[in-house]
Amino acid sequence: METVWFCLVGIMIAIYVLLDGFDLGAGAIHLWVAETDEERRQVLASIGPVWDGNEVWLVAAGGTLYFAFPALYASGFSGFYLPLMIVLWLLILRGASVEFRNHIKSAVWDPLWDFLFCASSLLLAVFFGAALGNVVRGVPLDASGYFFEPLWTDFRLGEETGVLDWYTILVGVLALLALVMHGGLWVQMKTSGAVSARAGKLAGRIWWSVAALTAVVTAMTFTVQPQVKENFTTWRWGFIFPLLAVAGMAGVIFELRKNDERKAFLASCAYLTGMMTSVVFGVYPMVLPARNPVYSLTVTTAKAGEYGLKVGLVWWVVGMILAAGYFTLVYRSFAGKVAVDKDSHGYGD
Amino acid sequence: MGQALDVHRLHFAFTITFHYIFPQLTMGLALLLVYLKTKALRTGDEHYNRAARFWARIFGINFALGVVTGIPMEFQFGTNWAAFSRAAGGVIGQTLAMEGVFSFFLESSFLGLFLFGEKKLGRMGHWVAAFLVFLGSWLSGYLIVATDAWMQHPTGYRIGANGTILLSNFWAVLLNKWALWQYAHNMLGAVQTGCFVMAAVGAFYLLTKRDEKYGRTFVKAGVLVGTVAAILQLFPTGDMQGKLVAYNQQPTLAAMEGLFESQAGAPLVILGQPDVEKRKLDNPLEVPNMLSFLTYRQWRANVKGLAELPEDQWPDQIPLLYYSYHVMVGLGTIFIAVMVLAALLYWRGKLYESRWMLWTLMLCVPLPYIANTAGWMTAELGRQPWLIYGLMRTAHGISPRVAAGNAWFTLIGFMGMYAVLAMLWLFLIYREIELGPEPGQHPLAEDAAVLAD
Repeated sequence: METVWFCLVGIMIAIYVLLDGFDLGAGAIHLWVAETDEERRQVLASIGPVWDGNEVWLVAAGGTLYFAFPALYASGFSGFYLPLMIVLWLLILRGASVEFRNHIKSAVWDPLWDFLFCASSLLLAVFFGAALGNVVRGVPLDASGYFFEPLWTDFRLGEETGVLDWYTILVGVLALLALVMHGGLWVQMKTSGAVSARAGKLAGRIWWSVAALTAVVTAMTFTVQPQVKENFTTWRWGFIFPLLAVAGMAGVIFELRKNDERKAFLASCAYLTGMMTSVVFGVYPMVLPARNPVYSLTVTTAKAGEYGLKVGLVWWVVGMILAAGYFTLVYRSFAGKVAVDKDSHGYGD
Repeated sequence: MGQALDVHRLHFAFTITFHYIFPQLTMGLALLLVYLKTKALRTGDEHYNRAARFWARIFGINFALGVVTGIPMEFQFGTNWAAFSRAAGGVIGQTLAMEGVFSFFLESSFLGLFLFGEKKLGRMGHWVAAFLVFLGSWLSGYLIVATDAWMQHPTGYRIGANGTILLSNFWAVLLNKWALWQYAHNMLGAVQTGCFVMAAVGAFYLLTKRDEKYGRTFVKAGVLVGTVAAILQLFPTGDMQGKLVAYNQQPTLAAMEGLFESQAGAPLVILGQPDVEKRKLDNPLEVPNMLSFLTYRQWRANVKGLAELPEDQWPDQIPLLYYSYHVMVGLGTIFIAVMVLAALLYWRGKLYESRWMLWTLMLCVPLPYIANTAGWMTAELGRQPWLIYGLMRTAHGISPRVAAGNAWFTLIGFMGMYAVLAMLWLFLIYREIELGPEPGQHPLAEDAAVLAD
């Protein structure tokens, strides 16, 4: 049962990365791919109706994690106290920028929110990457089941780690680059004219650095977290996940060359899915590895009561089917490129 | 430890108080939006659609702030209250996760469609979108109240091997009778916020002689729905809520009422200042026997005072709890008076010309916010010294490794950020009211068009 929930939470996080990933990415490139007010409105319109729905996946995944693995939620969230609070502030800034920018047209109002939107999106991508890096690397959990990590110590991978060290920073940079690519492909697909062309070009250029850094980070991960190697040697079928990532990367550049915007974006989704599932597969059965492996939290030590997990499965499945329905409806309603006409409100008058 | 505990409590209290400014209006307005859309559908009058669009824009701003200030609430269970989460996450995580899965997806998806897709959805489709936004926000309210109700009155649990609290009966948690009454009472409070805000904007338009047709629609909707809500707030929901406290949280009732000595025929205190050190109420203004009657339906029934209850069960902030409760009840009584009078004037056909009543409605707008906040303070301060009533003390729930210094750092950060958000909120809402409901005034109009087809 706990393994089922491990997979389900993993899937929810992966979906969050795919969905909020493109709007974070769109935010991170906002200032560069769109120059005029009209162009910037295009970028915002491409994520406007969906971004808060995408962010709900974070809340829903967090809630699910909370009830399925309460001990993990307690240790992890209190241990990552400072970076999580910073993430919250960035999410607030970002939400405010998307929602408030277009309320007023002014030479001081728009650029301020454009800048905040871009900066917060960019930093969020780095922080989420670094968080993932921390989970892979392991944290200084002790016998009490708690830890507290400062933002940084000496940037080395010793016993007293900080949230940021050279490994987690590299993962953060990779996350930023990957989401820039992902967001670029989204913007290319959803907009038209100069914005679309610039976004596609940017995604194509960044592809090389994503590919290179993926290789570097993957190689390092095997040394940083021994469990990963163990899992991939024990269960050979697990190679399907990294293969998916590689195929996705190949697909991105292939489809970009063919100018198939939709397929290029989907290939990028495949890459991100492959990366996320590889990580999840690599750390199982740990949910939060400790620097001293004795204290690692595993699916068995962190799980909630059996009855709760069973009941949860029933409503979770129902809820997810409903959610999938809403998302299909919303994305269909806003399918296609955003128009640049200045007709009216989407309302009647 | 004491110091860290205080900062963690202040941290949660500050962020939740600020957060709840937004959902109470969102939930109240969601109902009123359904009312306006229903009117539009039934009369076919475009006026109601325009009115709904105007409120949808205010709703949108408010909703966005509710979302961004809401995410920190979920996070804080883990960041600041780790020991509590570790012990009880298997139970309260259920309702919190259900909120994400069932209501937030619903709410956010259909709000997008509601705000951006009126043309595409058609008349009926747009009504359905409005209704689903309402359903999502009210469902979300229920799941949060159910979470709090479990902390007030835990049910459906058992204690596991290592002291963790395990879920043993899902329906007992979900349909906790405390949750049902608390929810009804809470939602009526939210509806009153929505009604007072709508009526106040309408009164503002009528008093300034602009958009008067809209002004009348808003005042009428606010007053009619508000009258019903104000009465139901007191009876039966407030009454039942009070009884639940009286039967299950005796020290809380005594502290709320400022009752230090047990008494047969206990009075209801209208005014007075509790002096906890001397254990008495200064300058009391009381209605004799009333508390006994309200609680037990007998004029001479005995009500237990604080002195008779063990001191380690007393709420730790008695004066604040006492004032929160009295502010809530006092304002609730004023709301009934204002709303019933306004409804009478409406019935006599004099409401729109009655300047003093329009002034009153306009100036009342901050009061429901204060009443709702005071109500929640009563519930949460009243629960002290327990985090989960009778099961876990507040002092045992905090994150053991998060030092007071770190908690201060983030509390100050939130204060700064929320001060800016509050100013932006007031500014943007005022601007919407100033731009008014007539179409063709709004910069967003152009923008939403991008998504029209």
